[in-house]
Amino acid sequence: MVDLAKMTANLLPVALRGVSVVANQKPILRDIDLEIIRGTRTVILGPNGAGKSTLLRVLHGLVTPSSGTALNVTSQPLTDVQLRAYDAMLFQRPVMLRTSAFNNVLYAAQHVSHTNRNDDGEQQAVWEALRAVGLEGIANRPARVLSGGEQQRIAFARALVRQPEVLYLDEPTASLDPRSARQIEDCIQRAASSGVTIVMTTHNLALAKRIAESIVFLHEGRITETTLASQFFLQPESTEGRNFLEGEAI
Amino acid sequence: MNSLTDAFFGAFQLILRADPTLLSIIGLSLQVSVTAVAIASILGLALGSLVAVSRFPGRGLVIAVLNATMGLPPVVIGLLVYLLLSRAGPLGAYGLLFTPTAMVIAQVILITPIIAALSRQTIEDAWREYREQLASLGVRGASAARTLLWDSRFSLVTITLAGLGRACAEVGAVMIVGGNIDGVTRVMTTAIALETTKGDLPLALSLGIVLVLIVLAINILAQSLKSFAERRYG
Repeated sequence: MVDLAKMTANLLPVALRGVSVVANQKPILRDIDLEIIRGTRTVILGPNGAGKSTLLRVLHGLVTPSSGTALNVTSQPLTDVQLRAYDAMLFQRPVMLRTSAFNNVLYAAQHVSHTNRNDDGEQQAVWEALRAVGLEGIANRPARVLSGGEQQRIAFARALVRQPEVLYLDEPTASLDPRSARQIEDCIQRAASSGVTIVMTTHNLALAKRIAESIVFLHEGRITETTLASQFFLQPESTEGRNFLEGEAI
Repeated sequence: MNSLTDAFFGAFQLILRADPTLLSIIGLSLQVSVTAVAIASILGLALGSLVAVSRFPGRGLVIAVLNATMGLPPVVIGLLVYLLLSRAGPLGAYGLLFTPTAMVIAQVILITPIIAALSRQTIEDAWREYREQLASLGVRGASAARTLLWDSRFSLVTITLAGLGRACAEVGAVMIVGGNIDGVTRVMTTAIALETTKGDLPLALSLGIVLVLIVLAINILAQSLKSFAERRYG
């Protein structure tokens, strides 16, 4: 799926140091320190409004921190658009262009520079990505008329075709039925097995358990604990984490 | 009642035998309106796109002005263009007054705000939806603008067709700057006004029927295009 040997260490590790984000005079993230290491699977948990999606967007370079630094391994700011070639993000509700499923993936392939593909190479990569998500059979269908699960898998193929070093997933199964959610989870597992670094937010604790190596727990914009997933689900260090797992209001 | 029946009968006769005067007026009308809409589309879509994806001080005021100018009275536009192009005006030296070019200019001024305001809303809605995804793919600037325009193409064509309908049906501005000169600047709407006052109801009515059919056809085309796009592309 992804040939790590062909990749150069352009992005990872990324590091956030003292990152805060303020929007409309309201603090969203407060003093975040976090490092994402190559080949790891990190799940960001926390209640609604904790800042999970914003944290993911900071890591992906879509949101500029109000203070602190968000840098890659070569000290480039994560907001540098050149770095978009090395990571990819799956949104909760994928945006499909008004064209075929194939062309949606091709569009992503055409906007990545580090793969040095020619036209044939791009087409080949698109077919590979569609096969990887099991949708090569509906490549020519308009993407917008596909089901939510199929659209999310098209979005996954769009991410894969970019050969990302790191894949950010913002509640990728939140609006999907169990079967579609399982298919997306399989895609995530395969990407992780092939060496892609995974950073995901979710409210689905079962999914988090199956995917995560480490858990970052957020509460009111602060990281209250960063720990191994096995440890977190057995005995969270923070009160907020414990309350979250017990389903109590925090 | 008889005169009305006679008028309709005469009108259909003119249409069916493809009366040269009728055809010449229709031809000039379409030439002026289509040219004006083509120019207004380029200007309006560019302006609409720019305002849609840009953030600058006074943007709200620009949008308010754009929206307000959709309702500009055609006769006022006609008067302003007349003053610009008249011999004593700043563009008088070009001798454009009472020519089809003057009519095109007036219609461009009239239609550009309509296309700009409507396309601004369409593209801004698309921008809101696509912005994060495009940024995530590293698509920005002109490339992002091209994607937005292409993906909004059916809505934008519908907007352009609305502009064409408006141009074809417009009378005040083209009457003032064109002068309704027979064989030179006489278009359907100005001819209808003139022939009605002269009492040549069959010609006025035949032009009216053709005009209504054109506007109807444009609207059917716009609706069909929208339905096709929704079925084909979601």
